[in-house]
Amino acid sequence: MKIAEIAELVCGKILTEDYKANLEVQGAFVGDLMSDVLSTIKPEAVLITGLNHPQVIRTALIADASMVIIARGKEPTSEMIELAENEKMPLISSPMGLFEISSRLAEKNIISFENSFNCNNYP
Amino acid sequence: MSENASHPDLIANRITRVEELVYELSVSEVMTKNPTTFDYDTSIRDALEVMRRLKVSGAPVVVDQILTGIITFEDVVRALRDGRADKNVCDYMTTEVYTVHDYDQVVEALKTFSKSQVGRLPVLDSNNNLVGMLTKGDVSNGLLAAMERDADKVEKSKFKYSKLFNDKEIISDHTSLILRYKVKKNDFLHGGTASNQIKKALLRLGASTQIARKCGIAVYEAEMNLIIHTNNGGNLRIEVDSEKVSMQAYDDGPGIENIEKAMTPGWSTASQEVRTKGFGAGMGLTNIHNCVDEMVLRSSPDTGTNLFMTKYLDKETENGPGKDH
Repeated sequence: MKIAEIAELVCGKILTEDYKANLEVQGAFVGDLMSDVLSTIKPEAVLITGLNHPQVIRTALIADASMVIIARGKEPTSEMIELAENEKMPLISSPMGLFEISSRLAEKNIISFENSFNCNNYP
Repeated sequence: MSENASHPDLIANRITRVEELVYELSVSEVMTKNPTTFDYDTSIRDALEVMRRLKVSGAPVVVDQILTGIITFEDVVRALRDGRADKNVCDYMTTEVYTVHDYDQVVEALKTFSKSQVGRLPVLDSNNNLVGMLTKGDVSNGLLAAMERDADKVEKSKFKYSKLFNDKEIISDHTSLILRYKVKKNDFLHGGTASNQIKKALLRLGASTQIARKCGIAVYEAEMNLIIHTNNGGNLRIEVDSEKVSMQAYDDGPGIENIEKAMTPGWSTASQEVRTKGFGAGMGLTNIHNCVDEMVLRSSPDTGTNLFMTKYLDKETENGPGKDH
């Protein structure tokens, strides 16, 4: 799916202007705690989160996410939008909750971009 | 606190470099060549006039290039006190003269300076002909000039790095690139800035996206720990060479009470307030461990916490969060 199609699907607003309109998104990941996100997110995932904080953008950048959806209609601050714009990280605000957004994406064959967490190699 | 004091390893580097130079440079490289000399029979009056005109406080006395003594301002004063400005320099000169050879290392000259307490040393060549004079000022200037040449080299190696950015190749000699960031306590607004810059730098240096991502995640977690868990913030130091990325996060307290517990997935001491900002998942150290090849955590209440992380550039581990789908 393309970014504009996803925005429409979750009744969201695209808050940034500079993004790759042709980018094909294939998978997504949901998380509110940034370390949880970093522990198992795969590259190029849509990051869906209830956390409304510039950290979300930086986490998305570190993890090579393809875009960020802020759930429950939270309005990102201008600083956060500016950061996303500068770093070319597409940012969408959706009025829906995490489950609703995820369900709608799953219906359109967006798959889970989440690694299974492996504790076995941990001391 | 001065800039130097906050960069202990930089100071260490500089001291080593000066010490090295003292051994590397020869006296001939730092001495004053073609020094003013006096003949055996130059009068004290003439000598004083020359010394005043040329602003030197001492000069060697030579016969046919061979050093026979040294006359200093003190010797001249002694002669004048005796009322003997008409005498020759040979009557008042010091004949037991400390000398160095032009092929000696600068360190030898420094030893002679400290042993003899003199301010200037005549420099002789292998035939014991006088070829120069050496003062402590010459040594300092020579060292400074050599340091400057070093700095030039650094400039050139910087240029080399910028070329490498384009070539998309990681450096293949013994040079390394050091990135350093200060991280402020409770600065959630800018949290993750340093680690994102580091990730970008690694990509520019030609690291694979996977390596850059894993190093980015490790440093991000370390950066957030400095923001959340320290008394006064801390420092990130990242060194990149041809084989590995060495990452270090260090702070001055309060230290980790129970390292074993801190390493347990899900364990966190973060406050409720911090958790509302999306932190305190208790996955930080676990994530770091999964992203790097080597991780060493040292912590005590006295010295604070020191976290060393190493990622080897030729290793692509199959486990962990950085795994590509």
